[in-house]
Amino acid sequence: MTANGWLQLGLYLLVLLACVKPLGAYMAQVFADAPTRVRRFGAPIERLIYRLAGVRADEDMPWKRYALAMLAFNLLGLLVVYLLQRMQAWLPLNPQGFGAVAPDSAMNTAISFATNTNWQGYAGESTMSYLTQMLGLAVQNFLSAATGIAVLIALIRGFVRKTAQGIGNFWVDLTRSTLYVLLPLSLLIALLLSSQGVVQSFKGYADVPLLQPTTQVEAVKDADGNVRKDAAGNDVTREIPVTAQTLPFGPAASQIAIKHLGTNGGGFFNANSAHPYENPTPFSNFLEMLAILLIPAALCYTFGAMVGDRRQGWALLATMLVIFVPLAIGCTMAEQAGNPALSGLPVDQHAAALQAGGNMEGKETRFGIAATSLFVTVTTAASCGAVNAMHDSLTPLGGLVPIWLMQLGEVIFGGVGSGLYGLLAFAVVAVFIAGLMVGRTPEYLGKKIEAYEMKMASLVVLIPCALVVVGTAVAVLAPQGVAGIANPGIHGFSEILYALSSASNNNGSAFGGLSANTPFYNVLLGICMFMARFPLAIGMLAIAGSLAAKKQVPVSAGTLPTHTPLFVVLLACTVIVIGALTFLPALALGPIAEQLTTLGH
Amino acid sequence: MLNILRPALLLLLILTGVTGVLYPLAVTGLAQAMFPDRANGSLIVRDGKAVGSELIGQSFTDPKYFWGRPSATAPFANNAAASGGSNQGPTNPALTEAARQRLQALRAADPGNTTPVPVELVTASGSGLDPHISPAAAAYQVARVARARGLAPAAVEAFVARATEGRQFGLLGEPRVNVLELNLALDGR
Repeated sequence: MTANGWLQLGLYLLVLLACVKPLGAYMAQVFADAPTRVRRFGAPIERLIYRLAGVRADEDMPWKRYALAMLAFNLLGLLVVYLLQRMQAWLPLNPQGFGAVAPDSAMNTAISFATNTNWQGYAGESTMSYLTQMLGLAVQNFLSAATGIAVLIALIRGFVRKTAQGIGNFWVDLTRSTLYVLLPLSLLIALLLSSQGVVQSFKGYADVPLLQPTTQVEAVKDADGNVRKDAAGNDVTREIPVTAQTLPFGPAASQIAIKHLGTNGGGFFNANSAHPYENPTPFSNFLEMLAILLIPAALCYTFGAMVGDRRQGWALLATMLVIFVPLAIGCTMAEQAGNPALSGLPVDQHAAALQAGGNMEGKETRFGIAATSLFVTVTTAASCGAVNAMHDSLTPLGGLVPIWLMQLGEVIFGGVGSGLYGLLAFAVVAVFIAGLMVGRTPEYLGKKIEAYEMKMASLVVLIPCALVVVGTAVAVLAPQGVAGIANPGIHGFSEILYALSSASNNNGSAFGGLSANTPFYNVLLGICMFMARFPLAIGMLAIAGSLAAKKQVPVSAGTLPTHTPLFVVLLACTVIVIGALTFLPALALGPIAEQLTTLGH
Repeated sequence: MLNILRPALLLLLILTGVTGVLYPLAVTGLAQAMFPDRANGSLIVRDGKAVGSELIGQSFTDPKYFWGRPSATAPFANNAAASGGSNQGPTNPALTEAARQRLQALRAADPGNTTPVPVELVTASGSGLDPHISPAAAAYQVARVARARGLAPAAVEAFVARATEGRQFGLLGEPRVNVLELNLALDGR
């Protein structure tokens, strides 16, 4: 790892941690039960929205009603995204005249955006009209993130409240997440991105001349539309001159800001944040990385502030960092080492003052190795899934880092809201394990953890694991699954493992070689995305309801403190052990085996 | 059930209006007012006409031009309407073969040059539209471009220096050379 690589990592962590307290404290004010100063400005707008929507803002919902509201709202959103895609040909703001999206692809994309996954089987600039991007995809970027925050806040209330029936009001939590947190931050980030060169316009695509005209090779077809063959049986081709380049535009900056802030990750363009119009400079890259972890990190502070013990929040953030930092360093080192397959050729892969060196396949020159590897780790630690390089072309060990980070359940930062409520499920499991060791009823934040909470937490922890393992097995056994593989040999298996790990943990990034826009993958991955999102959220709301109804247990000498380094280690080990035990066999067949084969070079 | 569905639908409509219409329009208005060049694609304009974008790379194979990153876009290199990388895995024989062919092309255009080739000149970029190469990759091509244009290498190096950017704020990203701007400057445009 180069000196500059260490500097870029250090600066990133410094800026991120500096934002945690101010934003975390702000969000604690936003979601406080009593009226607070920060809500005064927006109160009239809030009241107007509630009146128009017929929402009774003072209703305190029991957990089942909260869950039902969450589910109804998200399923309606899913339906709207589906319909927009199917009808975009007849709707305005479609300057390229794109047709309706195929039903299986539209269903997959609708689930994908409603579940905060943003897995993309399609290519944005050649599929989706501006209207679909704005009213469907960008809106879900906001609302799926706001849903995640709402569920987390309801869970926190479960810890805080004593012998209470309700856990808050979903409509209010959703509206406040959107108005006070996501919208202002998005506006700021969108303008900063736009200042760097991210496009933001409603003009149609523009043709510019090429300085040196090029050619494209096209197969020659006969009258029946079949490709003509020469005597040797090869396709007959001809070269067509190309003299212009079509530049794609659109309202990208506004969507890219929330794509990162909301840990969504769905690109405006096919190449996602590798595209120069989506991520034009190293500073825009830094901003995009910061935006990904900003809210998940700050929510740890919000958690601590709301439960009345800030150390609890810092302990959770420390747990995330303990796992995140070594993996970021590991990924950078693997990529900087370069690709052994090219070492036999007269190619210079060494880092020097004038070049980044390393494994540059699928990477952009302006980001080099350090800014790319950090992005890879950030986007998969959070369940963002935006990419600034093609993950399929990462070295075997460099690619293992994102796969494993997703498989850990997206709790190392994780999705906005969902990452922290996922980690809290692990915390419940961790205090249970500790309770077993000393033979006491486990408790967390003054609430007894009993069979009901343990069952729900186990489900939340194990459902994504099962989806990854079973889904990968299905895809590997089915001919339609294997047909999608792009790279030969071991790497082909890694492509499938990556896809299932991504969908089943609501990440959305891909080893992009896999041809996943087929009915088989659209359905399989659609099921995984759906099951990884809503059952987990409902499980956590059930825990919230059960905890809220309980009494507060006074702290005693036998209480396990959950803000100490000891607990940080225990929690990190719980996450790692479950992730390692479940996935080591699959990883051994994929990236680890591929790494071993490169040693022969 | 209706007392859930009604607020769900109405709130979805209202928030769609706020986040899907008002918000992008506000960003568009502000961005167009504050950074019109950037928000409209960072176009390079010569004599009132756009001749390219400083952010979108073009394909060069002529020895008199600097060559950019290889591009895996279809159906032709640097197709800005279909961005993407090769997605070839590190152990894929096709990746090594593609690198070998790019090496051959570079060698054929500059037979005397036997220094190792900087890695970005033989590996496809992530977007297929990378507008930059590293200063090392530019230095590798200076002698060839100078010969093809009948210029002194020092003169070409001066052009390269003008198209070179350092790390942003001295820290972020990597130093880089904008290939299209460099080639436009060499053509006197």
